[in-house]
This record gives sequence, structure tokens and C-alpha cells, in this order.
Amino acid sequence: MQDSPYLNLRQRLSKRDRSLREKVMTLEEASALVHDGSHVGVGGSTLSRTPMAMIWQLIRDNKKDLSVYRSIVSSEGDWLFASGICKHIETSWFSQGIVWGISKVMRHYVETKKASFQEWSHLGMGMRFRAGAMGVPFMPMRSMIGSDVVSLRPETKTIDCPFTNEPLLLVPALNPDVALIHVQRCDAYGNAQIDGLPFMDIELAMAADSVILTTERIVSNDQIRRAPDQTKIGFFNVDAVVEVPFGCAPHECTNVYEPFLSHMDYYTGSVNKDPVGAMNEYIDQYIRGPESWNEYLALLGLEEVLDAAKRGRSLLND
Amino acid sequence: MINTSAVATHDESAQAAKNYTEAEMLTVMSSRVLEDGKVVFAGVGIPLLAATLAQMQRCPGLTILFEGGVIGPFIEPGKLPPSTNEQRCTKRANMVVSSTDVLLLLQRGHVDIGFMSGAQIDKYGNLNSSFLGDDPSNPKVRLPGTGGGNDISSLTNMIVAMKHEPRRFVEKVDFITSPGFLSGGTSRYDSGLRAGGMFRVITNLGIFGFDDATRAMKVLALHEGVSLEEVQDNTGFDLLYDEGGIDVTKAPTEQELQALRELDPDRRYIG
Repeated sequence: MQDSPYLNLRQRLSKRDRSLREKVMTLEEASALVHDGSHVGVGGSTLSRTPMAMIWQLIRDNKKDLSVYRSIVSSEGDWLFASGICKHIETSWFSQGIVWGISKVMRHYVETKKASFQEWSHLGMGMRFRAGAMGVPFMPMRSMIGSDVVSLRPETKTIDCPFTNEPLLLVPALNPDVALIHVQRCDAYGNAQIDGLPFMDIELAMAADSVILTTERIVSNDQIRRAPDQTKIGFFNVDAVVEVPFGCAPHECTNVYEPFLSHMDYYTGSVNKDPVGAMNEYIDQYIRGPESWNEYLALLGLEEVLDAAKRGRSLLND
Repeated sequence: MINTSAVATHDESAQAAKNYTEAEMLTVMSSRVLEDGKVVFAGVGIPLLAATLAQMQRCPGLTILFEGGVIGPFIEPGKLPPSTNEQRCTKRANMVVSSTDVLLLLQRGHVDIGFMSGAQIDKYGNLNSSFLGDDPSNPKVRLPGTGGGNDISSLTNMIVAMKHEPRRFVEKVDFITSPGFLSGGTSRYDSGLRAGGMFRVITNLGIFGFDDATRAMKVLALHEGVSLEEVQDNTGFDLLYDEGGIDVTKAPTEQELQALRELDPDRRYIG
């Protein structure tokens, strides 16, 4: 009984206080829930709904040996590697964004073997979170087969389907210790609504042993109960709620702000020219330096914040 | 090797008269390969531009899908999304789903065509976007990786748009990120990839398909003023072609170029 991986998986969840209780806290308090050596699932994708403020706090708190899992990794991957809090990232794509080319920070850390970037296909990551969310040890899928991507992934197995006899790839479940997810709004209990693309966040939340939500704003439980069909992540599945307006900066949060493009141009321009020196300066100046997240936003500049917010409302305009 | 005597020689007057960039040519030629009524999974950049252009010009019933989980968006001229995972991609879309579910639409068979840009391709249409160098554990350059590329090329008929250069058209890619026909013949099917395969490669020099039996890359058409010799010189392996069976594409029309320039007024993708 004790040796059952499935029972262990369930037991990790059963330790949680699942009651309908308030769990609003600060970034610092939520950061304390992330332990050194943890496997961390990160919500959003590329430049969208990245929980930047939470990652920013983990760096300030000098976490150690985190392993990070995300559908597609953008500039937060540079931060994670260069700050030294994470030496292992599993994802399908890793660079700041297509318009900025290849991340020289990623290249530096991976090519000098200071950190590892383990590559899965995008669907591969999705099926791993899905398996984790379903409480099964793997999911079958039909891509990655035949390519060199799969030859570098001994964790996978190719089988002949027991029903059709055709080849299938099995990818192992991902059950992160903790998921970091940013949403547009949730209540004090952690009932979360997500606008726009959900990416892999709902399954990530279900797969993880604990969930930290950062949110643009906290709304009342009444507001949640008026539209329960809009609740995408439920209170029973959430351990911390942190209200952080502009918590994805310099990335975007659908209908609230688009990416801080001038800052991203400035950031990529400097770190891709000098992936060690300029990156360390950025970390000192923008991550370790400010007193608070709001002070980080102030460093990005009011113009930039307002411009990102103006563009963020564009989908709502006809 | 290619017998260059069989084809038209380089036409310098046509070259001089060009009033479009290579990227514009590539986009227009790519758009012409798409058909009305189909469902196309498009990457950012030239694929998205070409699919939108096709929609405007000839294919009002073409449905575009994006990797972020977007089905049937409305692309606003001048506001092209910087990636396929951002809010701008969802403007006036018919539906948004999770990024796992949008890829499962490919696996289920709801999507006809995958359409991507390529960095390095080989004779059998395999694409590399992961590692440069012989040893992935010790790469010369670590590239960003597959993203959805592996899934799209595993599960759809693929169109790839890319610049035609010897370093990009190689005998064998360093690493197969997105499978084409693997080592040719029936090797793709035999590996377990039952559906899809490389359909067309569109470059600034011509249009290429793959031989039905060997699955090696084959010249189908050359753009006006481009010689077979020029194409072969820019390709790191021997191209197949049918003697007398190579078409010449029609140059981009004013109408196509005008529509394209309205879509990308800042010329971020069209050069």
C-alpha cells in the first residue's frame, strides 16, 4: 500500500486544507510556500499571463534548485537561469519571443551547461499536464514519434496500441509541487476567472500539489457565484491568493494590458548583446533593487504602463 | 545533378524590373498554394500573412488556427500579432480553446494544412529548430526548440515557407525537430507517423514538392527569371525534377502586393 505511486499522489493532496477559507496574502508570504528543490509549473504561455511578479519574488528570496515546467518559456526563463534559482527548465520553446530572435541568455546557460533546457513538443507538455490532472501516470499521443525530439526523451515509451496495434507515444504525467498562475480576477478563496486564452493553466492547476494564484484584482465571492460557469480554477485547488495589479509586466494579461513592448525591446537589446553582464545588471536594478512590485512598475515607467494598458483594452473596442 | 540546358536561363531584365521584395514574393507565392474551404494551422510571420492574404483575395472560406488556441480570428491590417500566443491573435475569433486542445484538433483530423516558417530543411523535408552541431548534448548553437512545430508536422500536410540558401537546404539536418519524410520512402509511416507529411516548400526561388516513391524534394515550379542552376547552387543536395515538367510561376500582381502592404504597413515581415 505505502509503495503505491497513485496513493502517494493522492496523499499529497489530502494534506491540503480544502475548506472554503480566505487565503489572501502578500507576495513574500506566498513565496514561503515554494520550497528549495521544488518542481514548479508556470502558467500562461510565451508573453501571456506569465506570473512575473511571483517569479520576481522567488528570485528576491534566493530560492534554490527549482525545476520549472511551462508550455512555452519567454524572458522569465532568462530571469530564472541568470538569477541562479533554477537550473532546469522543461518546455517546448525557449526564447524571449519570435520578434527578438534567439535568447542569448538561454544560449549562454545551456551551451555552457550551467543549466538544462529539456525539450518536449507543445502537445507533449500539454498531455503531460493533462495526465497529471487526470491522476493517471501517462497519456498516449501521436506526435513526437519518429523525430529526434523523442530520441532525447528516454522518459517516453513507444508502444503498439493494445486495441488497434498502431504505434503510440506515451508521455509521463507532470504533477508539479506547486503551480504559479496569474489570472484577471478571483475571490479571496481562490475561485478564479480567466479571460482569453486559457493555455494549459486549468490542467496545470489540477495537476499540481499546490497552487499560488496572483490576480489583477480580488472580487467578492458573490460576484463569482453569479457566474459559476466562469470559474476556471476552484477554491479547493488553491492555496494562496495574491492581488498584484500588472503582475505579468512586462508581459501581457488579456483585456488588461498588452506586452510592454518598449521595455521588452530595451531588455532584449541589452541582454542579447551581453547575456551575463547586462543580465546581472538587470537583475540587480529591476528585480533585487526595487522595494516593491509597484516600484518595479515605476522603473518601467508610467508612459509604458499606460501604453500597455491602452493596447490591452483593444479587444473590447469594436 | 541538374541538366541546366533543359531550362530557361536567368532573365536579367525580369530581375531588374522586380518591384517587390523577396519576402513579398515568398508571401504571395505561399498564399496561392492555399485553397478555399480548408482549415490551416498557421505560424506567425509569413504563414499568417500569406493565409490572411489568401483569405482576402481568393479564399473567404479559409479558416485559420493559431497555436495559442485560436480558431477563426480576424486579423486587423496593421495589427499583426507578434506571436500566436497573445491576445491580439484572438481578436474577433470564433472560438478560443486551450493550447492542448487546439493541437488535439490536429490529432483528431480537423485540420487540413499546417503552415510554418523554416530555418533548416533537408532532402526529405525534415526541419530543425533545436540544435546546430553534430552532438545535441554539446551543441554549437542551442535554438529555441519545436514549440508546436513537431506536432503540426506530425499531424498535418505541411507547407513550409523559407529563404532559399545552401546553409538552410542541407542534405541532412543536424537534428529532426519536426519530421518530414524522415529517411525517405516509407520511413515516416513505418516510424508510427500515420497521417500527414510534407506537402510543399515555398521559397524565394521556387515551389517544391516531394517524390511519391522516394519522398525526396523535387522542383515543381520556378519563379520568373530563376534558373534551375541557380536553385541547385543554393541547395545543399541534388534536387529531383521532371525534364520539361517545371512550371514558371506568375509574378506577384499589383493587387496582391497592394493588399499585402496594407496588412503589414510597417513592413515588419515583408522586408
